[in-house]
Amino acid sequence: MQEGRVLPAKQINADLLKSILHSPKWFWITIAILSIFVLGAVAAAGLMFNKGLGTTGLNRPVMWGFFITNFVFWIGISHAGVMLSAILRLSKAEWRRPATRAAEILTVFSLMTAVLMPLIHSGRPWRLVYWVYTLPFVPYDFARGVWPNIRSPLVWDPSAIFTYLTSSILFVMIALLPDFAVLRDRTTGWTSRIYGLLAMGWQGNPRQWKLQIIAGVLLSALILPVFVSVHSIVSWDFGMAVAVKSWHSTIFAPYFVVGAVHSGVSAVVFVLILLRWVYSWQDYIRLEHIDALGRLLIVVATGWFYFFVMEVIFGFYGREVDEIAVREFQFTQAPWNMWMIAFVGLTYFLPVALWLPRAFRRNLWIMSTACIAVNIGMWLERFMIIVPGLAQKQIFTFDWYTYAPSSIEIVIIGGTFAMVTMLMLLISRVVPLIPLYDIKEGNILKTEIQIGRRTVPATFRED
Amino acid sequence: MARLPILGLFEDPNYAAEAGDALKRANISENDYDFLTDAPYPEGAFGEREENHRLYVFPFLGALVGITVGILLTSMTQLAYPLTQGGKPILSLPPMAVITYETTMLGAIIFTVLGIIFESRLPKIKMGLYDTRITEGYIGVLVNADEEKLPEISGILTQAGAIDVVRES
Repeated sequence: MQEGRVLPAKQINADLLKSILHSPKWFWITIAILSIFVLGAVAAAGLMFNKGLGTTGLNRPVMWGFFITNFVFWIGISHAGVMLSAILRLSKAEWRRPATRAAEILTVFSLMTAVLMPLIHSGRPWRLVYWVYTLPFVPYDFARGVWPNIRSPLVWDPSAIFTYLTSSILFVMIALLPDFAVLRDRTTGWTSRIYGLLAMGWQGNPRQWKLQIIAGVLLSALILPVFVSVHSIVSWDFGMAVAVKSWHSTIFAPYFVVGAVHSGVSAVVFVLILLRWVYSWQDYIRLEHIDALGRLLIVVATGWFYFFVMEVIFGFYGREVDEIAVREFQFTQAPWNMWMIAFVGLTYFLPVALWLPRAFRRNLWIMSTACIAVNIGMWLERFMIIVPGLAQKQIFTFDWYTYAPSSIEIVIIGGTFAMVTMLMLLISRVVPLIPLYDIKEGNILKTEIQIGRRTVPATFRED
Repeated sequence: MARLPILGLFEDPNYAAEAGDALKRANISENDYDFLTDAPYPEGAFGEREENHRLYVFPFLGALVGITVGILLTSMTQLAYPLTQGGKPILSLPPMAVITYETTMLGAIIFTVLGIIFESRLPKIKMGLYDTRITEGYIGVLVNADEEKLPEISGILTQAGAIDVVRES
């Protein structure tokens, strides 16, 4: 650990602010390409709203398909921020420093993207406005005689996601105050004035720093329970459904939370590797950081695999006819069994095999491949939970049907990936994706000590 | 007598700490000078005064507000639109618990953020005397003193190793 060299503050500013202060040509070309995908998705969604949900592959009884799969996937990615930022902050892990900001911002954007999915899936997102119209009483459209079930777990989702999104944005904004001050001092004209407003007059006196450090720990501790609740509640969208046998499982909440951490941390590792490559941040995102994240991922992946195995075993052990029927569907019938093999292989066996050797964890190509594999696998996992469970004939369904996504759904899903990538790139033009003060603090606290005949790196750590 | 600020800039944290000691010896109150840095130094690194705060009260206040809002929102919604199901109570506790939990946490987090801003004495409408070199790694020692004492303080700062001493123009 602690392999990096100590850099002067001026160079840290120059290196980490170059994504903001200088705009390379490739940046706008990439944004233009990504915009085409995003606009394509917007057009596809517009077409779907105009023509109706019949343009999708959704039909009775598979009424949840790609959109809800993608919703759960992006909620999962959003767990990266808190996992890395909060847990590593609370445990005072020294190698967290370059990873926290990117993880927190990825949380915000993936949550925003996730929120879009149920709205698109509803086919009539403008009905959301009806909720607002019924205020100041309560936000339900009873007045139109619809009578939704206000106790439904589907109502819990918005409350949990709203809490998590608000908290994550506030967490990022508070941690950005000192970096906004650096930007205020390094820019001129109206840009400087805007950063000045965002910095709120930050000077960097001991009181402000003390509260900034406490804020990091205190907000981490407060967001952690929200983080656990969000994916638990998302899992209860399925777990509380009595009618779909393979969903009605008590293990879903921890299984989903660990899965979310698995895909989220993998996504952050990939983003960090990209940032290191794009902005030449080799001095900041070092191989030791990727190595440490790789080791963390082995633990997380194994935890996830344990829950996966338990979920399958409990499914079989109960010997309920409907449950066994769904498992048979997943494990023995093509193409579902092929997807199942792909999902387990990509989520666990391939990446863990790649993360075990130290040399592989320090090879950025191999790490990128492993992290992309995890995310393809985790997307498939959600698909394999949602669709086979619905496609199998259940006791209360009068017809059954399989599911194949339409081109509209594929374009919209592709657009969400382009959108998150584009938003991450755009935000890198506005805020530093590696926290400047955190890196500087690491340098201040870094030292070397003599143990016997060896000089080893050490870090001073305050309680 | 008008009180004016003066700012000494130091490259080395040891010199900044020495400047703090020298100001103390010159009978400048601890409340009248501050250390400005671009990164958090360990508490007490400059021999500065201990900063007290009441931040820990804020999350509790927020949680209290949040839990109240959560209970009111969920119970009033169910009472306004009663869904009678087989003689079960109108107020169903499990969904109330989930939403109340979220509002409680939301309240605690929002109040904590407000507390951080309030306790950090932000936002500052007027920055006062400041130098952009501070965010380049220089350590600023900002002193507020009577106008007549400024030359003496400037001398103290320079003697302690300040590379520059700035006054309000």
